[in-house]
Amino acid sequence: MGIQIGIFTVGDVTPDPTTGRTPTEHERIKATVEIAKKAEEVGLDVFATGEHHNPPFIASNPTATLAYIGALTERIILSTATTLITTTDPVLIAEDYAKLQHLTDGRNDLMMGRGNTGPVYPWFGKDIRQGINLAIENYALLRRLWSEEGDNGVDWEGRFRTPLQGYSSTPRPLAGVAPFVWHGSIRSPEIAEQAAYYGDGYFHNHIFWPASHAAQMVNLYRERFEHYGHGRADQAIVGLGGQIFMHKDSQEAVRQFRPYFDNAPVYGHGPTLEEFTEHTPLTVGSPQQVLERTLSFREYAGDYQRQLFLVDHAGLPLKTVLEQLDLLGEILPELRKGFAEGRPDHVPDAPTHASLVAAATPVQVDA
Amino acid sequence: MSTRRVVVVSAGLSVPSSTKLLADQLGTAVARAVEARGAEVEVRHIELRPLAHALADHLLTGFATGDLAEVLGAVRSADALVVVTPVFSASYSGLFKIFFDVLERGAIDGTPVIVAATAGTPRHSLVLDHALRPLFSHLRASIVPTGVFAASEDFGDSLLEKRIDQAAAELAALITIGSGDQPVVAARRSVEDELAAPTPFERLLREAGGDSVR
Repeated sequence: MGIQIGIFTVGDVTPDPTTGRTPTEHERIKATVEIAKKAEEVGLDVFATGEHHNPPFIASNPTATLAYIGALTERIILSTATTLITTTDPVLIAEDYAKLQHLTDGRNDLMMGRGNTGPVYPWFGKDIRQGINLAIENYALLRRLWSEEGDNGVDWEGRFRTPLQGYSSTPRPLAGVAPFVWHGSIRSPEIAEQAAYYGDGYFHNHIFWPASHAAQMVNLYRERFEHYGHGRADQAIVGLGGQIFMHKDSQEAVRQFRPYFDNAPVYGHGPTLEEFTEHTPLTVGSPQQVLERTLSFREYAGDYQRQLFLVDHAGLPLKTVLEQLDLLGEILPELRKGFAEGRPDHVPDAPTHASLVAAATPVQVDA
Repeated sequence: MSTRRVVVVSAGLSVPSSTKLLADQLGTAVARAVEARGAEVEVRHIELRPLAHALADHLLTGFATGDLAEVLGAVRSADALVVVTPVFSASYSGLFKIFFDVLERGAIDGTPVIVAATAGTPRHSLVLDHALRPLFSHLRASIVPTGVFAASEDFGDSLLEKRIDQAAAELAALITIGSGDQPVVAARRSVEDELAAPTPFERLLREAGGDSVR
């Protein structure tokens, strides 16, 4: 399929501002699973979870969460938003996500991110001031761990972890093909450069900040993707986030979402909902408004491969989130149709394990 | 020689405001001093009061909108700054500090700046040296030796005028030496710089490995 449409969660445990009630960790973790199952049920393509190691989040250990969801679903792609490439040992990432491939028959990929909470880094023996360098060195090692095998394994020495001698991570990637990797960054051109260099995907979270920021980063990534010879700029693999809240009656959508917006952990108590919807990609309104706004992202990002929506943060109760997913499911055919319209043939489809395996298999030519 | 762009930032709250009055006098004096050196100058006055809501929003959201975004851009590209704050509780005002808190890192690296303050009493005069100079040193601006402090009783005193002219002359000298196109202090690379001309990944790889030589 051309574009994959799904949802991503950061796993925040936030009081519902309309009731004052805070879900327990257990409730929030179980709710996350229900949300993922519902995402598959309404026809979405991707469920992605964040990784956090500090309160108020329950998003540690993403691969356990994804494996569990994988056992309860059939089809949906399981991803992260993001996997912390800075504070997680790349050896563990190599093992965990390859294991997840085997368990889910290749239904997973992952997105690299750095994490922006200074105190979390020293808990893992790292320093946030080395964030970019950690992301670069750790990922370079991860690639080698996934791509090099044989009797000799990997010999490696770097700045940030113990050297390796003849090391092979287990299990090997499914069918010898590593999970597809996205690199997520809001405002670090170095990460767009990294994604372009390797010909990996680039994802902009595209919430909280003006669309112009996303456009700048996506354009840089596209230019550099072409520079490094992976294809034309419009063939680079781009993903965008987005934040929506829907109701059949657009005024009712605004009325219902406003208390969650006003008290939201990231942007609450600042600009009004009206100002924020004008300045950022947040869309609160009728399903038709969400459809039109979402399809307009292509005007500055080009034709792209993955659209993920944030629907479950800021204390929204599970029941509301599931209703939002029903509404998203209803506009899904129109979204797909709209994204397919005018999409040039040379723009690649969203990568999957099957497409990567096919690309890695030599074409048999009849003699 | 290109036109020198001087931006005067003032954080006065009342109308009329003695802070704005001092800012106006400094702006006029700087224009006169730059022109006396044969250069063209454009002085732009920015009042922070109308930006107060946008500044609070920026603190909470991490991005600037509308007039504030434009003003931050003007400060980033200014050849020189004049900054004037009222003294609140023995320091610069909160509004003044927020404005410089939300400036992108490196935005005024090496930019010549006159620091100035107003207060109701001369007993606050050391605010220039205890509060403003450390702040602008941290921001890596080039602070001219003469700061201008004006207590209510100083307005109308020719000594204040003398200090204003002295500070203006020092600032004018800094922005008219040489071609004016070569910065005195090397500026840190900003996100905008990186977007315009990204550091090639091979170099990022070397730097990740501990090689910091560019």
